[in-house]
Amino acid sequence: MNYLDKDLTSLHEDLVSGKITAESLTKETFANIKKTDETTQAFLNLNEDAAIKNAQAIDQAGIDADNVLSGIPVAIKDNLVTEGLTTTAASKMLENFKPIYSATAVEKLAAKQTINVGKVNMDEFAMGGSTENSAFKITKNAWDATKVPGGSSGGSAAAVASGQVPVALGSDTGGSIRQPASFNGVVGMKPTYGRVSRWGLIAFGSSLDQIGPITRTVKDNAAVLTAIAGHDEHDLTSSTKKVPDFTAGLDDSASVKGMKIGLPKEFIGEGVDADVKAAILAAADKFRELGATVDEVSLPHNKYGVAAYYIIASSEASSNLQRFDGIRYGYRAKDVQNLEDVYVKSRSEGFGDEVKRRIMLGTYSLSAGFYDAYFKKAAQVRTLIIQDFQKVMQDHDFIMGPVAPTVAFTIGEEVSDPMTMYMNDILTIPVNLAGLPGMSIPAGFSKGLPIGLQLIGKPFDEATIYKAGYVFEQNTEFHKQTPELGGQA
Amino acid sequence: MNFETTIGLEVHVELKTNSKIFSPSPVAFGNQPNANTNVIDWGYPGVLPTTNKGVVESGITAALALHAEIEKHNHFDRKNYFYPDNPKAYQITQAEKPIAHDGWIEIEVDGEKKKIGIAEMHIEEDAGKNTHEHGASFVDLNRQGTPLIEIVSKPDIASPDEAYAYLEALRQRIQFTGVSDVKMEEGSMRVDVNISVRPIGQKEYGTKTELKNLNSFNYVRKGLAFEEQRQQRVLMSGGTIQQETRRYDENSGQTILMRVKEGSDDYRYFPEPDLPALEISDDWIQKVEAAMPEMPGKRRDRYVNELGITDYDAMVLTQTKEMSDFFEATVADGADAKMAANYLQGDVNAFLNDNHVDLQDTKLTPANLAGMINLITDGTISSKMAKKVFKGVTEGQDPKKFVEENGLVQLSDPAQLQPIIDSVLADNPQSIEDFNNGKDRAVGFLVGQIMKQTHGKANPQVVNKLLMASLKG
Amino acid sequence: MANNISKDQVQHVAELAKLELDDNQLDYFTDQLGQIIGLFETLNEVDTTDVPVTSTVSDQLNVMREDVADNWNQKDALLANAPETENGYIKVPAIIDESED
Ligand SMILES: [Mg+2]
Ligand SMILES: [Zn+2]
Repeated sequence: MNYLDKDLTSLHEDLVSGKITAESLTKETFANIKKTDETTQAFLNLNEDAAIKNAQAIDQAGIDADNVLSGIPVAIKDNLVTEGLTTTAASKMLENFKPIYSATAVEKLAAKQTINVGKVNMDEFAMGGSTENSAFKITKNAWDATKVPGGSSGGSAAAVASGQVPVALGSDTGGSIRQPASFNGVVGMKPTYGRVSRWGLIAFGSSLDQIGPITRTVKDNAAVLTAIAGHDEHDLTSSTKKVPDFTAGLDDSASVKGMKIGLPKEFIGEGVDADVKAAILAAADKFRELGATVDEVSLPHNKYGVAAYYIIASSEASSNLQRFDGIRYGYRAKDVQNLEDVYVKSRSEGFGDEVKRRIMLGTYSLSAGFYDAYFKKAAQVRTLIIQDFQKVMQDHDFIMGPVAPTVAFTIGEEVSDPMTMYMNDILTIPVNLAGLPGMSIPAGFSKGLPIGLQLIGKPFDEATIYKAGYVFEQNTEFHKQTPELGGQA
Repeated sequence: MNFETTIGLEVHVELKTNSKIFSPSPVAFGNQPNANTNVIDWGYPGVLPTTNKGVVESGITAALALHAEIEKHNHFDRKNYFYPDNPKAYQITQAEKPIAHDGWIEIEVDGEKKKIGIAEMHIEEDAGKNTHEHGASFVDLNRQGTPLIEIVSKPDIASPDEAYAYLEALRQRIQFTGVSDVKMEEGSMRVDVNISVRPIGQKEYGTKTELKNLNSFNYVRKGLAFEEQRQQRVLMSGGTIQQETRRYDENSGQTILMRVKEGSDDYRYFPEPDLPALEISDDWIQKVEAAMPEMPGKRRDRYVNELGITDYDAMVLTQTKEMSDFFEATVADGADAKMAANYLQGDVNAFLNDNHVDLQDTKLTPANLAGMINLITDGTISSKMAKKVFKGVTEGQDPKKFVEENGLVQLSDPAQLQPIIDSVLADNPQSIEDFNNGKDRAVGFLVGQIMKQTHGKANPQVVNKLLMASLKG
Repeated sequence: MANNISKDQVQHVAELAKLELDDNQLDYFTDQLGQIIGLFETLNEVDTTDVPVTSTVSDQLNVMREDVADNWNQKDALLANAPETENGYIKVPAIIDESED
């Protein structure tokens, strides 16, 4: 059989027709993961027994013909808590942590009869852009095992790109879904802030974090977001806005005719790789060819996004990660003489360097005498960044640009240089600061590595960027290419 | 050198809600350790707080009772510090924009009335509890997330007596709103105080010290008085006051140094990103106000104007909500208001003092007290008999039954009394003669004889009337 | 650039965050944090006079939960995850200092 690179629609057809069963699909999935993960290293923890039981139960009950997710294997980023299934956030701090409840997004996917096959790797506590900051393993780019998969949802993107699973959940605080999706040539959506409940997402930057799907196609992505979105009484910041069926209209009728697209000049300026820039300009031409207008716009405060982001995200993180203190759960240092030891040794031994770096940056930004100069200033700059977007969005349907200034870089190349690493996020960060929906879709290759096109929508208007992304995808061939690591069984 | 004193009080009041401020766990006491906790209370990875609407409404209620201005647009902040009873290592509180500010309450010391300003009032979560035993500490998170309001006074309090009066007034007002039990001994009211003295005429405040371990209003007053004297002595002898935390020792009546404060703590406050801001509309405030219990001032006016009792009585009766509620219920059960007021301030108060109990912890009920008062007013019992009946009422007995079972019914029937009067008169011709000669005390002797014959059950008013008629006739 | 933050400041921040740094780490982090704080300083180029702060981008305002108690009965599962417990309490080494609040 060779169905591991299929999209949801065709897998669903096979399941409904009985050509395959949820059980056979699940077993095949595990067999494939075991084989490919020797190279990819995407998974931290497989959920094999429970997944197969679950698949059998779904077969027994019958595949739901009206539910494209029925019987579909999914992988979950390891910062989403899963009841009874070890959840580490790729940190030694939570190495043996068994949650006693599940994230709302995980439960919503389960309610759609998906099968959770396991937890995938990430940068520790989602801090990083290469998945090299995992305490446990380094995941490889699906297209080139010497390259990083991006991050922090590197495991999610590599698992989807390498054919291990058709769907993975990720989280995105400053680009952590879009950038690995871009590096691996798959589709990654960071929804509007508040679109998906954060209940059960191990918090990094609470005012920035969003959960979103990584899939092989735009339509698959839309189906998953439709399933996980919506207000949740456990998350008061989750929106009460109605959730549309995002797959509606993603068919032959879809068109970008008459759409007005903004291309910020700051997104294709200095520091953006020539191949990346060329691919984005080509994409703009493609949109024009398909009947849209693309004009140059400006987001003047974009260049301050990285500084504002690292202050805000680190400040929130410094507070969010204080709960990891060795007292109620998680890692507690041995040989502790007193309470101060429990705190200091557990935290110093449990956290990796990048996490410590951000905790210290955030602690510093909030501390007495520095709050106004750093945290408050950043929160004001955030307002200006939002206003920049609002201005452009007044007369544009969405914004396009690259996801990352470069394609995937070599493992080990940047990890010791946080400044360079942080600057990689310059094109994704403003979207989080403004809480907008942003999606990465495949738009080209440079030296055999995928280039991602970023589509940025108005608040709660994921539908428009899905539509535009779908039209682009249907009129290009990039998404049809699969890496050699791909899961041809 | 003459000094003036400045006292600041921070009062934490536990709100009586069903669920915690940021989690649906029950607010309940006396349960097994950690029985009322969930993943939110433990600060589990991935959890989020949810604001309890009841807490916000209690906050609005308290703010109104303290004449404070309600901040229409307020939000929560995080206060960061590590401690085992503080699971997230931050407390969700309000720092930048508290729910209310600039309130006041009136106090009276030595007949002088004074308004004490309230700088601000905010809502926040309580921490869990640590206990210490044989070289280890034990954490119970049941209390974690119990809603609190914190009330911070302006530097208007100038003496330990004023501080005492302020606490009394504060407790009274909060208690009348019903949002809290406000009991210091049960921890539902907790007081932190700071005090500084400065030579009169000096502009800037003196260095303040903080006092901890104050378990009653009285200890607050005593601790402040000691500290006031101590600081004055230090300054007069040319010394300086250090910024320090001191403990009040109940046995010696002294304050004892706990620790010197080095710099200020760095709590790294910032807006809580997990909770939407609160928008408190005029409409909402009006709704809360309409549902608010009547405050003591209004009750006093009503007692005086509608129930005809004195200003003084009305003031005493509204000292506590329990007393005031009891009074109203007694009147509602048909008792004469003046008599009810007298009984509550007299016999009932004496009973509570003698037995060191609170009204709500006794078997006294408004219905029984009213029943007893009605037996007096309709002449069934005398006020003297009422002493016995009152004892029965404090034991929870029905006054009517008690009177019947103990044969305490007053003899008021002229048909029954006249023969006794006739026989007493027949036995005492000398007294009749004395009466006729204008010796009034003969009447007293005769009444005494009649009471003796009836074992004290005769209704004195009826006896008097009948006796006079017989003597004059 | 590296003098944007001193070693003493890094040490102080580490203490606030309950982290322990040895001498090598202190040098390493001081240098890196200095560079990043240098980046933060670029925000000084932006005029933010009268610009309001944004602390959330949620579209929700005034959402609250009704005051209804619901015990999720998680006590045993919670205690089972704790590194050390005794008689239903979470156990920690003796607390010496008194809490602030
Ligand atoms: Mg305080
Ligand atoms: Zn407080």
